[in-house]
Amino acid sequence: MTDSAALPLPAEWRDFFALTKPRVMSLVIFTGLCGLLAAPGHINPVLGFTAILCIAMGAGGSGALNMWLESDIDAKMKRTAARPIPSGRLRREDARDFGVALSVASVLIMGLAVHWLAAALLAFSIVYYAVFYTLWLKPRTPQNIVIGGGAGAFPPLIGWVAVTGEITTMPLILFAIIFMWTPPHFWALALFVKTDYANAGIPMLPVVRGESHTRKQILAYSVLLVPIAVAPWFVGGAGALYGVTALVLSLAFLSLAVPVASRASAPGDAMLPEKRLFKFSILYLFALFAVLVVDRVLAYSGVLA
Amino acid sequence: MTPEEQAEIRRRQKSRNVALGLLLAFFVLLFYAITIARMG
Repeated sequence: MTDSAALPLPAEWRDFFALTKPRVMSLVIFTGLCGLLAAPGHINPVLGFTAILCIAMGAGGSGALNMWLESDIDAKMKRTAARPIPSGRLRREDARDFGVALSVASVLIMGLAVHWLAAALLAFSIVYYAVFYTLWLKPRTPQNIVIGGGAGAFPPLIGWVAVTGEITTMPLILFAIIFMWTPPHFWALALFVKTDYANAGIPMLPVVRGESHTRKQILAYSVLLVPIAVAPWFVGGAGALYGVTALVLSLAFLSLAVPVASRASAPGDAMLPEKRLFKFSILYLFALFAVLVVDRVLAYSGVLA
Repeated sequence: MTPEEQAEIRRRQKSRNVALGLLLAFFVLLFYAITIARMG
């Protein structure tokens, strides 16, 4: 402690917590838990809890690695400028070390306590997000969100495999649902925060290919989402309770995507249809997975055939 | 360094140490529970 001027204040633990993107993590924990609960078979509650904790730690670790790698971009965007690194509350290297520690610990604990296949999927999802998506594809292609959505689609798959120990059709469908859901969800957001991404030089679809192209893509993915969301019912992995609810929810999603697809924004536009679609998309995913769990728990306990 | 800065550094260090201590205690309990569950 020789030069007190060059010595920044030590970061608060809350700043480390903020690195894990807690709001994203709530969706990760929820979908991971739903995958675990909807899977056939039994898992010891302690090990089930550990599996969800590891999924959350892995997501937090990759979030921290993402903030380490993107601190220069985050500094340029209003939405992310207050994050711990760009605001100067935390050193970049500390974020890197924290992210690596969380990621490695999550994979090892998952493997030792639960299942090595689940651990391998978790490791793959972290590398996929931190390396393939953040470093490689996000700065290069306007389809970055489609690929990034893949990273967010892993939690229910990992939760399911933690119980069954094998990759079957159902967990892959759950993966596909989030994969198809992410582009319309995120592009709706990108439409109303477009200028932010343009300033940061990220090739977000509305910036690169224009608004009308983005609106068409939102509609295309929303249409594709309908059969995939209902697919668990068709393949016999879920009952009518899930199937009918999924159909209604997906058609509601589609009905909100149509106005987004069929209009163009004027200068100073309030972007209400886009904001409505974005808000509903979050509710949609929560409701869809919750109904799947209810459907499966009732079926396994013999209440529903 | 002013006494205020000194106090702020100490306060942050302490809160980080408490957070880390609680985390370690949690993992001790978790690993104990995992061990019991895996043996059963």
